[in-house]
Amino acid sequence: MAFLEVANLEAFYGPIQALHGVSFSLEKGGITTILGANGAGKTTTLRSICGMVKTGGQINFDGASISGKATEAIVRHGVAHVPEGRGTFVRVSAEENLKLGAFSRRDAKAVAEDMERVYGYFPRLKERRNQQAGTLSGGEQQMLAVGRALMLRPRLMLLDEPSFGLAPLLVQELFEILRVINQEEGVSMLLVEQNATLALNLADHAYLLETGRVVISGTADEISADETIRQSYLGY
Amino acid sequence: MEHLIQQSLGGLATGAIYACIALAVVMIYQAIDHFNFAQGEMAMFSAFITWQMIDWGANYWVAFFVCIIISFMAGVAIERIIFAPLRDAPIFTHIVVFIALFQIFNATAGFIWEFTIKEFPSPFPERMPFETTLIGPHDLGMMLVTLIMLALIFLFFRFTPLGLAMRAAAASPDSARLVGINVGWILALGWGLAAAIGAVGGMMIAPVVFLEPAMMVGILLYGFAGAVVGGLTSPGGAVFGGFLMGVVEPLAGMAIGSELKLTVALVVIVTILIFKPAGLFGRVVVQRV
Repeated sequence: MAFLEVANLEAFYGPIQALHGVSFSLEKGGITTILGANGAGKTTTLRSICGMVKTGGQINFDGASISGKATEAIVRHGVAHVPEGRGTFVRVSAEENLKLGAFSRRDAKAVAEDMERVYGYFPRLKERRNQQAGTLSGGEQQMLAVGRALMLRPRLMLLDEPSFGLAPLLVQELFEILRVINQEEGVSMLLVEQNATLALNLADHAYLLETGRVVISGTADEISADETIRQSYLGY
Repeated sequence: MEHLIQQSLGGLATGAIYACIALAVVMIYQAIDHFNFAQGEMAMFSAFITWQMIDWGANYWVAFFVCIIISFMAGVAIERIIFAPLRDAPIFTHIVVFIALFQIFNATAGFIWEFTIKEFPSPFPERMPFETTLIGPHDLGMMLVTLIMLALIFLFFRFTPLGLAMRAAAASPDSARLVGINVGWILALGWGLAAAIGAVGGMMIAPVVFLEPAMMVGILLYGFAGAVVGGLTSPGGAVFGGFLMGVVEPLAGMAIGSELKLTVALVVIVTILIFKPAGLFGRVVVQRV
């Protein structure tokens, strides 16, 4: 069984159904991306995995079912979500944001090491460690969100549009760091992106969502190479 | 001059109690965005529980700490049983429930202990350990006890992981879940702390205003006013606002006469709010996107 196995996932916002039986899987150590237009259900898919929406269907993570579990319980399995809008704790300092990321851990010494590691990836955050997080720039808050997720020592990271609102140079830098985290720390990633080129570059597998359904799936290379898919779905 | 100092110190002592209530109100407000009208009645009920234990022969300080624990657990229970299911209910639902709680505590206290005024013991010596006419022993003791408690609460929120989690969960519940914080229980813990803080305020003021079911109504008003003046988003501001209310009232009484002292205090509040609508320390949240 794959590391993350999603089968016939349905999601509901009140009476409105946002996902209609989405199935996909992610191999351990891999990066899978979910592409699609606005409203296709990308964010909803990530929120479903974290138990933040009402869902139907099956979600298995590392051999255990996590469907229907509380968000905080799923997080404690090692699933870190970098949410849409970054989810910064705006009223506390940048460093306290990182400490909160490690809230569920009890190994204080390893947490301190991880904090230094995060500062190693993002030196900007170290400079601003005592600043109120709400006053950081958009890019810095995005780094903080990734850093906060890393503080969990996650086995799976769910990334919701990490490139959103960032300057192109910063996007490059951030995606390089994500690649390093994936390769050196073996963190599996499920990446949602509007920027398809960027996502297909980083990922090994891709799924294309359209109005709550998977319409195409394949390796990142296949999808990038397919002229028809590129023109009709990815629009470039 | 001596009279002025006496009045100010007495005001600070009462202000300490307003500060407790203001802090309790702000803690709940930060968690659920509503004023807990029943905060004062909960504190009154706690004071009655202590009175009952002392009446049964318990030592004052034993009763004091047992009451804090009981109040804490009752606060947790109120959140878990009543407010957790109402989390997404409209504001009027909350208001009705607060009014109901107010009435339930008030009537139950009257039913069990009757509506007659009772004397409540002071744990402090009757004479001051040193010669002074500026402040009485109970006023001094009540100020010290509340200041110690406020300092402990401050240290808890500022320096412990649980305190940090509570601040985070109140401000951004969704993000808090995403780092593994059980927001429901954190909110319940906040209710428990607020109830415990209120209980200390109730037990400390009871010897001054005498114990009866309506004893906290006036104090709750000042506590609310202190919370608003200090800024509802700032626990430290609420504490400051509480002390400020305590001092302004007797000084206004000295300056203008006791008939108008409440009015003057309220004029001060309104004036402050005209210039600082979010309260003295209220934060207009800065957020770049």
